[in-house]
Amino acid sequence: MPGAIYAEGLVKSFGKVKALDGVDLEVPEGTVLGLLGPNGAGKTTTVRCLTTLLRPDRGKAVVAGLDVLKQPDAVRRSIGLSGQFAAVDEYLTGRENLQMVGQLYQMRAKAAKVRADELLEQFHLADAADRIAKTYSGGMRRRLDLAAALVVSPPVMFMDEPTTGLDPRNRQQLWEVIKQLVSGGTTLLLTTQYLEEADHLAHDIAVVDQGRVIAQGTSDQLKARTGGERVEVVVHDREHIAAASALLDKFSLRGPGKGDTAVEDHMRKITTPVSGGAKLLAEIIRELDADGIEIDDIGLRRPTLDDVFLSLTGHVAEAGREDAGDEGDDGKRTAEGQDRGRRPGKEAVK
Amino acid sequence: MSAVTDAVRRTPAGNRIGRSIRDSLVVAKRNLIRMVRIPEVVIFGLIQPIMFVVLFSYVFGGSMDIGGSTSPQVYREFLMAGIFAQTVTFATAGAGAGIAEDMHKGLVDRFRSLPMARGAVLTGRTLADLVQTALTLLVLAVVALLVGWRTHTSAGEVIGAFGLLLLTGYAFTWIGAVIGLSVRTPEAATSGGLVWLFPVTFVSNAFVDSSNMTPWLRHIADWNPFSATVQACRELFGNPGVSTSDAWPMQHPVWASLLYSVLIIVVFRTLAVRKYRSAAA
Repeated sequence: MPGAIYAEGLVKSFGKVKALDGVDLEVPEGTVLGLLGPNGAGKTTTVRCLTTLLRPDRGKAVVAGLDVLKQPDAVRRSIGLSGQFAAVDEYLTGRENLQMVGQLYQMRAKAAKVRADELLEQFHLADAADRIAKTYSGGMRRRLDLAAALVVSPPVMFMDEPTTGLDPRNRQQLWEVIKQLVSGGTTLLLTTQYLEEADHLAHDIAVVDQGRVIAQGTSDQLKARTGGERVEVVVHDREHIAAASALLDKFSLRGPGKGDTAVEDHMRKITTPVSGGAKLLAEIIRELDADGIEIDDIGLRRPTLDDVFLSLTGHVAEAGREDAGDEGDDGKRTAEGQDRGRRPGKEAVK
Repeated sequence: MSAVTDAVRRTPAGNRIGRSIRDSLVVAKRNLIRMVRIPEVVIFGLIQPIMFVVLFSYVFGGSMDIGGSTSPQVYREFLMAGIFAQTVTFATAGAGAGIAEDMHKGLVDRFRSLPMARGAVLTGRTLADLVQTALTLLVLAVVALLVGWRTHTSAGEVIGAFGLLLLTGYAFTWIGAVIGLSVRTPEAATSGGLVWLFPVTFVSNAFVDSSNMTPWLRHIADWNPFSATVQACRELFGNPGVSTSDAWPMQHPVWASLLYSVLIIVVFRTLAVRKYRSAAA
């Protein structure tokens, strides 16, 4: 029995551009999967295929036990979708928007009204219920959009970059709402460009690049594969780069001489993967000092989306990349675990 | 929460026609609310035909030969059926622009992810436009009466004429829907919705007596679906200038108008719904 969301080999092309190149996914019931990737990776296309908005060229998709291609109408009854752009009518009030959506979910007018009031209360929009959505702030619109997706309390939810463009406070608020929602047992597929967000909300993370899932696992598993934390040193004098690099290499996670320490000459920056945190940092500073190497900056860096990408694909996550299909390039593999033996960030440094 | 699920289940998906009508009405209500909140659109839609009535009847009236008479009063009575018909067809542009706008906003994704009838977004829009058209016709009829237009037939026939006008307007909004779904911007839908209406409404019997046209143009005018509605209205209002052409639509204008409208609705609704379903937005 496949999970609440199941996709196998989804392929979708737009003209020459292959947006999806065989996406496989499985989200067990009651869990949250974070689909992580840069712009143009295929996140939105995946969501659109799974929510019946787009017909994949090839592949299989099952949502809430229903075949997406064969029973689209039944699927629509069981899902809620909250998109990248707040999908509400600007000239309708919050209440009218929710009522309309309820009725289009085939609820009776009265039931839709009752449900709209409940949701307005739950999403802290009761005070603004009778104002047109055009007057809402960005955060309020997102909340209204999310409320619209929850009108029938669907068992499966899709959220496409729910917090993109929101300020930190509104993002936090929306996270709380989403957490509450999934604690109630809803299965959720969430796309995001932020590792932090996936980390915060998702049980499992699937990394998407060029239309394929290139890795899937818990956030800890993925971070372990990026090499975890790293120390970054910027030396004051160009002549000290070699000495500092040798020094740092001693602290490298896999031991010295493995070529893990990266140097960016023009920045006078040296980076090496470590474990040991602040204590290790203090030790490195002491040794640098003892060797008379003057530094401009030193710090511990935690993995970012770029780091995840570097480690998994060997290239930086670029926005709107279009060179899909240049497989065979070093580091681009569909299957998990094939990047063993390679180290993060090799190609990114001189 | 269980109340919600019950409410959803109670409406069987099998009753497709009932669902289609219900969903269309929900969407129509949404569009009507929008019209009330953005009244500029409706107001400009009113000003234009009123301007046409005044301009045509005072500028052209007196120099037009209608059935051998050049009296301005005769031209005014002749003109009104044409203006009414032109006004209802101009709803095309509004429908097209509205649908194009919807298609390029996130809202259409919401609609398409809901278990609603597929054509309801479009049908709802065209129904709302029908209400707007009816309102415009009402105001226009009052203005027409003020400048001296009169009917000379029974109330039933006059109502029948307005019925034909509304049906024609409704049919044309489906052409607008197809245009709106085919262009990339609402602006393109507005101009694309209007530009072809000028030849269609002018190469007709709407503003001049088509029997004075060169023969090939006259044939086009006689078979123009738009002419059939104008001719039918003149007959039903008892207004002067009814064409004596022996072309079938001119001989049986009421039937011709009905047939043309139904044909346009069937063809363009099918096209529009198909385009809507396959649109990637």
